[in-house]
Amino acid sequence: MNRRGRRAWRSVFTLYLPVTPFVLFALFPLYFMFVTSLKKNSELYDPTSIPFLIRRGVTFGHYQLLSGDTLFWSWFLNSLLVSLGATIVSVVLGILAAYPLARLRFPGGDSFGVAIFVTYLVPPSLLFLPLTTVVNRLGLSDSLWSLVVTYPTFLVPFCTWLLMGYFRTVPREIEECAMLDGCGRVQTMLRILLPVAVPGVICAALFAFTLSWNEFLYALVFVSPAELKTMTVGVFSELIRGDIYYWGGLMAVAFIGSLPIVIAYVFFLDYYVSGLTAGAVK
Amino acid sequence: MRLRTLNGEVAKIAAARGDAPSRSLADVFSRDTPLAYTFIAPAFLLLLFLVAYPFALSLWFSLSDARVGESGSFIGLDNFRRLLGSSIFLQTLQNSLVFTAAALGAKTVLGMALALLLFRIARFKRLIRGAVLLPFIVPTALSTLVWWWMFEPLYSVVNWTLKALHVVNRDIPWLPDPYLAMFTVILVNTWRGLPFFAITILAGLVAIPREMYEAAESDGAGPIARFWYVTVPLLKPVLAVVILFSAIFTLADFNIVYVLTKGGPMNMTHLFATYSFALGLQSGQIGQGAAVSLFLFPILLAVVFTQLRLVRKATTYE
Repeated sequence: MNRRGRRAWRSVFTLYLPVTPFVLFALFPLYFMFVTSLKKNSELYDPTSIPFLIRRGVTFGHYQLLSGDTLFWSWFLNSLLVSLGATIVSVVLGILAAYPLARLRFPGGDSFGVAIFVTYLVPPSLLFLPLTTVVNRLGLSDSLWSLVVTYPTFLVPFCTWLLMGYFRTVPREIEECAMLDGCGRVQTMLRILLPVAVPGVICAALFAFTLSWNEFLYALVFVSPAELKTMTVGVFSELIRGDIYYWGGLMAVAFIGSLPIVIAYVFFLDYYVSGLTAGAVK
Repeated sequence: MRLRTLNGEVAKIAAARGDAPSRSLADVFSRDTPLAYTFIAPAFLLLLFLVAYPFALSLWFSLSDARVGESGSFIGLDNFRRLLGSSIFLQTLQNSLVFTAAALGAKTVLGMALALLLFRIARFKRLIRGAVLLPFIVPTALSTLVWWWMFEPLYSVVNWTLKALHVVNRDIPWLPDPYLAMFTVILVNTWRGLPFFAITILAGLVAIPREMYEAAESDGAGPIARFWYVTVPLLKPVLAVVILFSAIFTLADFNIVYVLTKGGPMNMTHLFATYSFALGLQSGQIGQGAAVSLFLFPILLAVVFTQLRLVRKATTYE
């Protein structure tokens, strides 16, 4: 065997074999979710059958149960509306706040930057109790608006932080040129900086959407009518009745609930990776 | 740089010409202050009313006997005193420390191992990276539901596998047993948080200049020595940031515990967030609940402080 062949064989043992458990660990729950959602109840609840496989035929019964007997599509729509609303608000506010922080010098700028950073680190579980009171006082409890308004509290700091870093990588000179040609600040930002910073904006929007779609605590606390719940919370209200768990249905919701995010992820993998690292490094 | 290539006179003219626009740019900068404030105002107001104000409210609640629907009156530090005398709270405190320490430890070690593997993998790179990152992207509440199903007492796939492999001969009570429940919760947190560690450490690895390794190698350092004397020291800032950052969100975890155990069995998996939820919303004692959640604040402060110092240090090195 030649040297290259031997090298390739060695990499199988030193790299690909050791990484396999990590890949299996990461993917198995998602695979199991999918398999369970397609299994007939007779096979699902048979302790002698092999749980990893479907051997007695595929069924879409769990999905039909979801679609017909639960408020599934309302939850889906609610999640979509809330996530889109919160994302648009947060990205716009994030762009507006990130621009001066990255480009302009003004009194209080540094302190505001630190404040953004601190709020970026505040976990929702620290604030949900008083926020319940605030949401009540604003008359927003039990409405989707309560989520559209509160999600930006963790999304705006994130978007601002991410976009600030992105704006800083764009060379100042191209803006200065435009300004010497008579463009105002606002025009320069809209016409010169933003088009160049589109990847950063996409990244911020993707993360904002993902974080909103995945949010659980606020959605659990602020909205109680079943038909107004989001996907992550709705699952627990109708497919668990007392001691009875509709596991097939639960896994079907989990699958469809994860699908939009996974699809976005597959198409925009690089954005997700860069957003993840931008969050912590630099 | 360009000035150096020109002869002196041209350079002087260029410098003189360069002065004028830069002065007008300075004017633009000072004129920018109102613009900056206008741009920042919406974000500022949002954070003022929906972060700063609730935080102040939370401080007030923790010092009052507020209940759901009643605003309550000032009772000093009574809530904190009562908490520190309550066995459930002390259990929560202990759980939080165990949970955070174990999950952070596992995520750091495994994250480092995974990052080192990902760093050297060339073929199927995108596919493998994409696969190991997935747990971080999928909604936690929904993926935890799958874990619950995997550890379900009667039909647990984990128990089925262990029995099929003859590791055990009867079902292991994963969630009803307090210690195993804690193990399960830590496992799920590790599953979800590992991608963040791996990908961030990987970014740190990529940033290490190759020459450092070559220099160490020519000095006779083997792979292990290179790891300890080159990789680890140079990764320290990244590791510090990742661990600190994750410390907050691991300690503040709500979803995983709420879905898997609701804090049980016998409060053995309650964390600050879930206990605060149980006290503040389920039994209506907002004052007590707020006091519990405020225990997250010191660690938040510590992390903010260290991170700001790290960031400052990094910028002075640049």
